[in-house]
Amino acid sequence: MTPFVELVGRAAPLPLANVDTDVIIRIEASVDRQNLGRHAFAPLRYNSDGSERAEFPPNQPAFRGAPILIAGANFGCGSSRETAVWAIQGMGFRCVIAESFGDIFYSNCFQNGFLPIRLSEAAVTDLMAQAQAGAGDFKIDLAGQVVTTPNGTPYRFDIDPLRREGLLEGLDDVGFTLKQMSLIRSWQARDREERPWVWATSGLRKTTA
Amino acid sequence: MATLFDKIWDAHVVHDLGDDWALLHIDRQLLHDLSGPHSLQALLDRGLKPADVDLVFATADHAVSSAPGRTGMTYPPGGRLWTALKGLAADAGVRLFDLGEDGQGIVHVMGPELGLVLPGLTLICGDSHTCTNGALGALAFGVGSTEGVHALATSTLRLRRPKQMRVKLEGRLGRGVTAKDVILQTIGILGTAAGTEHAIEFAGSAVEAMSIEARLTLCNLSVELGARSGIVAPDETTFAYIEGRPFAPRGAEFERAVDHWRRLYSDADARFDQDVALDVSDFGPTVTWGVSPEHALPIEGRTPDPESTPDPGQRGAIQAALDYMGLQPGQPIAGAKVDRVFIGSCANSRISDLREAAAIAKGHKVAATVTAWVVPGSLAVKRQAEAEGLDEVFRSAGFEWREPGCSMCVAANGEQVAPGARAVSTSNRNFVGRQGPGARTHLASPAMAAAAAITGEIFDVRRL
Repeated sequence: MTPFVELVGRAAPLPLANVDTDVIIRIEASVDRQNLGRHAFAPLRYNSDGSERAEFPPNQPAFRGAPILIAGANFGCGSSRETAVWAIQGMGFRCVIAESFGDIFYSNCFQNGFLPIRLSEAAVTDLMAQAQAGAGDFKIDLAGQVVTTPNGTPYRFDIDPLRREGLLEGLDDVGFTLKQMSLIRSWQARDREERPWVWATSGLRKTTA
Repeated sequence: MATLFDKIWDAHVVHDLGDDWALLHIDRQLLHDLSGPHSLQALLDRGLKPADVDLVFATADHAVSSAPGRTGMTYPPGGRLWTALKGLAADAGVRLFDLGEDGQGIVHVMGPELGLVLPGLTLICGDSHTCTNGALGALAFGVGSTEGVHALATSTLRLRRPKQMRVKLEGRLGRGVTAKDVILQTIGILGTAAGTEHAIEFAGSAVEAMSIEARLTLCNLSVELGARSGIVAPDETTFAYIEGRPFAPRGAEFERAVDHWRRLYSDADARFDQDVALDVSDFGPTVTWGVSPEHALPIEGRTPDPESTPDPGQRGAIQAALDYMGLQPGQPIAGAKVDRVFIGSCANSRISDLREAAAIAKGHKVAATVTAWVVPGSLAVKRQAEAEGLDEVFRSAGFEWREPGCSMCVAANGEQVAPGARAVSTSNRNFVGRQGPGARTHLASPAMAAAAAITGEIFDVRRL
């Protein structure tokens, strides 16, 4: 996974609350893995004839190719589809800032080197206004946990240390946990004694076949 | 002073990772044709196999056709996923409940039905409605496909302990009111972000009085409250439901398990980060008007008027929702003309749902302007319904009786509502484009959906 340390660039505003993962990537488009970026936000981004909607800020020249998205509250609610993260990445975004996120979407971001930042409503309102003004670059410093706006206002954000470290180092969770298999196996050995019914599934495999 | 959630979480901590993070054991992982192939492929590509293949089960539900006589290839794009799931499950040694085989069905319907879901288990699936399974007292939640790889490889996940919320539902359900109406009203009152970053426990006299199938419907929409999981403490109703199911413990082992399960409840002095109580006695049949499950209305209700909404952001969102849905501000929701009716999905496709819908449909005809489908949740539900003659009730009323799967809830199998068409659906999401580009979805109970099919409009089932 590509480490995420620092990001400098423009931010595209998307001032809508509750943008769900069905809107981020339609389910049948999510099968088209090579072109997810093209399908991202389709109902907001394209007219029914396939032409671009000018009202969708990332379609506007000032925001095309911006690496940061400023979104409304509860961004990424709904379906667990991880293709929602891949689709946003496919458009070129590397970070999304909102007041709140859907829980599964939020987790999925960290699995892909993509940074979701939670900030207060007031902070997001200011960021949205500065993004809409198109006044210049935002700077995101993950190690310092600070977003700096074009006018120089710093906003500190919270992030779990484990998640920050994972992004900074580009760590692979699976590789890390595989080193702890002996811990897992000894937990399981105890559990097989305490809750044997949890583990009795293999003996029953043929009864329903 | 532990909550039910605390008891299950704490018992599954393999290793404390600090800062409220834990390496948590996962007792069951379910895979389906949409997210399962990616997780299995990524696992095998790393040269890994499932750490505990006996804890992993797969079925095909999302992208397979529900047409009568379907095969896995009836919908070709889904056929690629189905073929991949079959091949990868075989390569990984994972038990697949394939099309036409006992056990096949919507993953959140077949799991409880087979006894794969038991109280006190941790259970995941690459599907946000995995929260459904909390109805049996399991800690069940949806994950992304990369987290799914981690769980396959290690039988664990690295997780942050969520905050906790209790939703107490007190009182008795009125006539024509189901668990679906209760949870839609609850979402309407609390909002779709109320449970974000929380694990929910549903409690209270109304929940205690519910059947397991009703609790499955209730917990199914936990994620529509923003929570990754929703759970109900197991009780005698739960134990009676589980006993005798194919994968449930038997005999002395069942008794031993029940002894264990009886300890799974929130202590009287347990503390929740949020604790809310609602009286459900006044709830009536409920339907959504807009593009979020929180856009819920009692059937006597009217659509909102953006002009009377002070917040400009909300005003714009309401206007956009009304425009998308083709509705006027302040319009009574009852009477809106309907084109499609869909009875199915992991929210409402179990045998009790089909009985409730059939009881309304019996002796009536689907309105000439409506196309109505019934898609049973599993092969077992389909067979049971056919044994009871429900399929004949539906067919003679003019409904299509179809094969088990997710179908038009998520339209991943090409079964879409046409642009601009209005659907009453027993599913759980009315998002923009969810049932197809431009589709207008109204969520409701099976009885309300059947009433809409017969009358051709959104209609109060109590007036039939």
